Amino acid sequence: MAKDLPDLSQDEILRYSRHLIIPDVGISGQRKLKAARVLLIGAGGLGSPLALYLSAAGVGHIGIVDFDVVDLSNLQRQVLHGTKDVGRSKLDSARDRIGDINPFVELTTYETALTSENALDIIKDYDVVVDGTDNFPTRYLVNDACVILGKPNVYGSIFRFEGQASVFSTENGPCYRCLFPEPPPPGLVPSCAEGGVLGVLPGLIGTIQATETIKLILGIGEPLIGRLLLVDALNARFRTVKLRKNPECPACGTHEITQLIDYQEFCGVPQAAAEAKRDRELPEITPRELAERQRAGDELDLIDVREPHEWDIARIPGARLIPLGEFPAALPTLDSARDIVVHCRSGVRSAKAVRQLQAAGFQRVWNLAGGILRWSDEVDPTVPKY
Amino acid sequence: MPATLFLPAVLAKLADGKELTAEGATVGELVAGVATRFPALAPRLRDEAGNPYPFVTFYLNDEDIRFHGGFTATVKDGDELTVVPAIAGG
Repeated sequence: MAKDLPDLSQDEILRYSRHLIIPDVGISGQRKLKAARVLLIGAGGLGSPLALYLSAAGVGHIGIVDFDVVDLSNLQRQVLHGTKDVGRSKLDSARDRIGDINPFVELTTYETALTSENALDIIKDYDVVVDGTDNFPTRYLVNDACVILGKPNVYGSIFRFEGQASVFSTENGPCYRCLFPEPPPPGLVPSCAEGGVLGVLPGLIGTIQATETIKLILGIGEPLIGRLLLVDALNARFRTVKLRKNPECPACGTHEITQLIDYQEFCGVPQAAAEAKRDRELPEITPRELAERQRAGDELDLIDVREPHEWDIARIPGARLIPLGEFPAALPTLDSARDIVVHCRSGVRSAKAVRQLQAAGFQRVWNLAGGILRWSDEVDPTVPKY
Repeated sequence: MPATLFLPAVLAKLADGKELTAEGATVGELVAGVATRFPALAPRLRDEAGNPYPFVTFYLNDEDIRFHGGFTATVKDGDELTVVPAIAGG
């Protein structure tokens, strides 16, 4: 095997010297890294440290799947990208940065969403897959594709101050479905875009994923196979729990799943979209119409159903804060004889409040279309967006 | 039997902290007790029929209770029960 591994040039020997002098890595380990093909799903929070460290470490071939554009709000954690990259494709930005870190890395980019149609074809060419996605459908898709193809899946997931990491889909190890057989219904678990994430947290979890990837390639140490690492950054608490392979798991146990399914459907996304569509059919008022009514001195009550920490970031003048969780208790304090406009950040939560008001018999109720974000775009750009 | 229930931050705000002392002969009893104490937390721990969700995993010490009888798993004095909900952020 070793004789099939690529040789290292003098420049590479000097570049990787701190690896080469670790006996557990050595020349043969570094040649394994050079021969390795690693696929990163996502070039965001987790994908950033992964791309930086795996390219610096000398992984010979890196593939990245992403279809996003760098946004200003990414830069608090997505350290692969810089201020100059805002508005550029993440893959273009990644190519520049990786090329600068290590020109010996061969990079293949896939500017697409990973789907049931393309996943097997993309993943089949790689030795290790690293899951740095930000949604449940893609996580189940990556899992099933890796199990079907027999590729190890280095898993990481984050929310606010906490993260999880493991290695799934090795020959005898468990998979993501052994840990979570089914996804939560849409909307129950907030995404980082909705709930936030500490900027360094993907750094912590992503570097753990990078470490596990390198261990798998080198065949050293004890990888996180059959173990789930739980990281609580706020309490500086790391713990591992046992992950067992479920003999009844439809993916890696019974192997009932022999082809990829519709993961949007599996995760309830179409039903949630239908609900969102129904929400858009509620009585709405646009920010411009609301501003016009306010200017005209119309009698109306504007209710903001966001959380107090969001109120501190930005607010619409004249609004009264009643967080959605407290809304049922506050209903008796509202006057059904007056016009009521409800708003939140984007219009989703306020739609729920409008429904509650309608159910309580309120008839003159409107949802502010697009929330405070659209208010900032169309009425008052001095209100910051977040 | 008194045991300690560890909650992730996202659920801790629905209770009075990340670490709760709770009693129960089984995990199901312990979870039912906590659900009574913190009604807002209840639907995040188990379904309306009192059964565990497939997207919230309970570890008794470091063992997944699904392989030890689920909510019928026996709780001993000083055991640690860790709640691990599915999160998807990346």
